[in-house]
Amino acid sequence: MRLSSTQRFWTSLVLAIPLLIQMVGMLFHWMMPGYNWVALVTTTLIMLVGALPYWKSAWAAFLHHNANMNTLVAVGTTIAYFYSLFAMVTGRPVYFESAAFITVFVLLGDMMEERMHDNASNALKKLLGLQVKDALVKRDGQFTCIPLADVKVGDLIQVKPGEKFPVDGEIASGTTTVDESMITGESIPVAKKVGDHVVGATINGRGTVTFKATKIGKDTMLAQIVEMVKKAQTSHAPIQHLTDKISGIFVPAVLIIAIATFIIWYVLLGASGVQAMLFAVSVVVIACPCALGLATPTALMVGTGRAAKMGVLIKNGEALETVNDIKTIIFDKTGTVTEGKPRVTDIVGPKRQVLEVAASLEAASEHPLASAVMQRASDEGIQPQAVTNFQAIEGKGVAAELAGQPAFVGSNKLSVDYQVSSELKQRLSKLQAEAKTVIQVGLNQQVIGLLAIQDVPKTNAKQAIANLKAQGLRTVMLTGDNERVAQSIAQDVGIDDVIANVLPNEKAHYVEKFQKAGKVAFVGDGINDAPALTTADVGIAMGSGTDIAIDSGSIVLVQNDLRGVVRALEMSRKTFNRIKLNLFWALIYNVIGIPIAAGVFVSLGWILSPEIAALAMAFSSVSVVSSSLLLNKARIE
Amino acid sequence: MVKVFALIIGIILIALIAWWFFGKHEQAAQSAQVKDNGQKATVVVNGGYSPSTVVLKKGVPGQVDFDMRDHTACLSHVVFDSLGVNKDLTKQKITTVKIPTDKAGEFNFACGMDMFHGKVVVK
Repeated sequence: MRLSSTQRFWTSLVLAIPLLIQMVGMLFHWMMPGYNWVALVTTTLIMLVGALPYWKSAWAAFLHHNANMNTLVAVGTTIAYFYSLFAMVTGRPVYFESAAFITVFVLLGDMMEERMHDNASNALKKLLGLQVKDALVKRDGQFTCIPLADVKVGDLIQVKPGEKFPVDGEIASGTTTVDESMITGESIPVAKKVGDHVVGATINGRGTVTFKATKIGKDTMLAQIVEMVKKAQTSHAPIQHLTDKISGIFVPAVLIIAIATFIIWYVLLGASGVQAMLFAVSVVVIACPCALGLATPTALMVGTGRAAKMGVLIKNGEALETVNDIKTIIFDKTGTVTEGKPRVTDIVGPKRQVLEVAASLEAASEHPLASAVMQRASDEGIQPQAVTNFQAIEGKGVAAELAGQPAFVGSNKLSVDYQVSSELKQRLSKLQAEAKTVIQVGLNQQVIGLLAIQDVPKTNAKQAIANLKAQGLRTVMLTGDNERVAQSIAQDVGIDDVIANVLPNEKAHYVEKFQKAGKVAFVGDGINDAPALTTADVGIAMGSGTDIAIDSGSIVLVQNDLRGVVRALEMSRKTFNRIKLNLFWALIYNVIGIPIAAGVFVSLGWILSPEIAALAMAFSSVSVVSSSLLLNKARIE
Repeated sequence: MVKVFALIIGIILIALIAWWFFGKHEQAAQSAQVKDNGQKATVVVNGGYSPSTVVLKKGVPGQVDFDMRDHTACLSHVVFDSLGVNKDLTKQKITTVKIPTDKAGEFNFACGMDMFHGKVVVK
């Protein structure tokens, strides 16, 4: 018959009740009639139900030249049990309750640990649970409900308000807001329109939309996140080498200490054989290799799982450990510190007219700055007008006729025929001094206004950099841009050092330079910065929100948000500190527990009976696992 | 007299424990059985992994079956850290773990508390 730890525990506990009654009765000098016989029967049953599996496992391990926690439990219980049998036959006092309670408490520890272990691995189950089962897919002109597994790339899928997007894709019709918090950790819903990416498992807001599936099955973002979290949770942290070394010799060493304890008490100190035996059994039972073994994996499991919920994917225990030694954090500029998209920051002159002329001319242009102008115009609700005689003048700008009047948008090379007021000239040089790209807007021989365009820092970049500096990190920005632009951005967000005019292939080289002064983290996007990300001790890859570059960084941020860097560092530190705390307690526990059990402090009146030693042992692993679970409650900005 | 006897036995026991657990005891690796549709190796889980090293051939779809015969919590999970596998062995008698065999290499596995170790070698 196969029983679970839980069933074994309850059965053993019920069987141990008479022994418990006697222990209480003892305080009132009451003896249960025929106690030895009752104890013999119940303890034998407890041994069969509860202790036998440990004996079997320990024996099998022994044959492999292995010893583990089961060995200790088995040695402790067999000695107490078989000595009591011998004592009963020869008319000496029996210690059945020691054997019985060691078993009960060890089973209690096993049961609780198993439950908490399940709890710790919950994050993954929750992620997997986000997946929907079926999708409303357009087949033969009609939307029909089909199982998720049958969805193909290119399928049109309808999603009603409040439902989840089944897979990743692109909105084909309709507008809506989407709650992406389960993937990115960002609680504010995101507006989506035709052409925008959506991620499977996120929740549709008010609008009904149809979208085209672009990624299914293993390729979806959720599937990739799950895969990554799985690997992270089972990964090893370098600090574990210590426990690996200890665990190999721990149990045999404890057995040797136990025998030494017996010899010292019995032979050298003249204690009775039984007393010496009880000390030895206590030593065997209190030693807890489990707490040591559980210290790291459980904390890793909880820490990486919690981080994933915040949109921070920590790839493995090694990355998590290295974060603690980071001295410098280097950022790529474009797309990391800044939006990566130029935006119109200042408009000089009559706002609506300037924008209207600029937008009308730029509508047909493919220049990167043109999109910034068009974006601003549409934000202001300005419609571009039709133009004639459109001319794109390479490197200078565009010229055309707007409602019969000549007009231009571009640099001052185009403005030679136009009149520029001295006030505008002043504003122009002032804006240029701020490292902004300035374009002039001309209409009918007159420059009517200016548009300043800049790749602006992300809204929360300043806050994030301040937080990182508060953690004692040196912040550096690398960019291919010129010194002036780079300096102005750095000043805006508060970055310490700037290295400008860096060619893309030189980034890794600069990372190496900084590594001479200590460990370096590099933050960049996963695509262009791959070499720098791999060179750095910790590579933090920023996702675009719909795609994650799994391979390039040791930490991947689902969201393109610098606050994620702060969270990643903080969560890594908290987890690693927890691992250290766990290991410390597990070690101290054994270092203090074993001498007490061996009777070193008898003169102080500190004696541990084998039962109490077993209880203490059971709670040591439980306390380590609970300490790891507390990571779920740790405060993160 | 009894005490001298106990002392001698104790010292002998300590020596035996040291020799048995710390001495070198090599274990043979076991190769997987190759069948037409793949290869399979079985690891018996009972107070450890036997064999603790299994060898798979490169290029043939491979799996390792864990045959659970241990009833204690210690060995209840098997963890392949590099594969992201963490399986509960107590739910069914035999638990199968698929091993990628496209490249030669080693995959270490351990119990949930990292006390028992084994490895799968692909070559």
